[in-house]
Amino acid sequence: MKPSAFDYERPADKDAALKSLASYGGRAKVLAGGQSLLAMLNLRLVSTERLIDVGRLNELRYIRAAGSELRIGALTTHNAVLASSEVGTHCPIMTEAYREVSHHSIRNRGTIGGSLCHNDPAAEMPLVMQLLGASLVASSTRGERVIAADQFFRGYFSTALGEDELLTEIRIPIPPKGHGWSFLEISQRKGDFALVAAAAMLTLDKGVCRNVRLGFRNVGETTSRIKAVEVLIEDRAPDTHLFSSAAKAAMDLVQPPSDIHADADYRRDLVKVLAERVLAKAAERAASAK
Amino acid sequence: MAKQTVTMKVNGVNYERDIEPRMLLSDFIRHELSLTGTHVGCEHGVCGTCTVLIEGAAVRSCLCLAVQADELSVETVESLGKVGALHPLQQAFWEKHGLQCGFCTSGMLMSLTELLRANPKPDRQAIVDAIGGNLCRCAGYQNILAAADRAVELLHAQKEVA
Repeated sequence: MKPSAFDYERPADKDAALKSLASYGGRAKVLAGGQSLLAMLNLRLVSTERLIDVGRLNELRYIRAAGSELRIGALTTHNAVLASSEVGTHCPIMTEAYREVSHHSIRNRGTIGGSLCHNDPAAEMPLVMQLLGASLVASSTRGERVIAADQFFRGYFSTALGEDELLTEIRIPIPPKGHGWSFLEISQRKGDFALVAAAAMLTLDKGVCRNVRLGFRNVGETTSRIKAVEVLIEDRAPDTHLFSSAAKAAMDLVQPPSDIHADADYRRDLVKVLAERVLAKAAERAASAK
Repeated sequence: MAKQTVTMKVNGVNYERDIEPRMLLSDFIRHELSLTGTHVGCEHGVCGTCTVLIEGAAVRSCLCLAVQADELSVETVESLGKVGALHPLQQAFWEKHGLQCGFCTSGMLMSLTELLRANPKPDRQAIVDAIGGNLCRCAGYQNILAAADRAVELLHAQKEVA
């Protein structure tokens, strides 16, 4: 239960890190907080020739509101995001989701960028980023490119990030004031990996639901927003019957895995139950915000 | 693979060692520094037994390479107190039977140390959130929560006297 041997470097700044990535590309792994990577190295699920430790690049730790966007440096720790009043004010769904993320000591080290790049199927933030319509900034010696969240997250543990690229910033369009949101997760114990997580966002305009976003996590390889269900709710007045049919539709569209923690049927049932709850809660919050 | 020189302040003492970069902080503390109060349970970050403080923040030392703590300040359970001069947290655990085998205890104490420095009067939820990631198979968890409450009392009393 110890990692296999690797070389290690700690670049002094972002440019040095990008140069290293350009040289070593697929033969190196980036180490940020290490809360996922080190567990995998310790279990020897992963081995690598080289670790590039970006954990001291404090230039990539920040949270700032920039006009209509919230910009978060990729190395910002989970606890810094959880504690942020800017995030709590502008993007409360992130704060609500962050309460489900692991445990305090893990959140002290783990970074939001690390979690997004790791893309564990049970991780919360990839779902939240897709619901928020966030963009991810990938930097390399070739320049910078901005990748939309729904392009960034691919299959299990896989993202659109190139071998020589470093995720440096997350850009989140600030949702409109008075929007409704909800994030819910079911796990065996608090802090465990989600069996299923659900999230919803919407606004209420003249009594009808607008800009509806609904998504789930750990219900199949390409879990994210389920647009086919969102359109069922868009432009309709919120009511329990509507949300109940939407939840049933979501349940029929997912193909969750079976594992030792839960079988596919149980997960499907959780999708239906959580869908109803997050939709109802989001509508309630939007209504009371008026 | 090439060794690295790492310097670290642990419990107020400066150390310098040449180690393989793959050496975990938990193993560095226990084997290089002979500070065996920090225990190793699962070695993949789920039990919390190995919790120490790095720059005052609770961290699972099995999920940290020693090289990642280079030039930083680390505190382990040995920094709290000793027989005959227990830290109020340790005193409280003893009074309230907050331990049986003691394996999880160092992790519990370090998690609570971080909490009580930031929040001297935590409510029940704050205590649960602080030690929610520390597993115990013997005494957990009612006596541990009682010990935490008692530690709050003892620390408060200590401050009043000072």
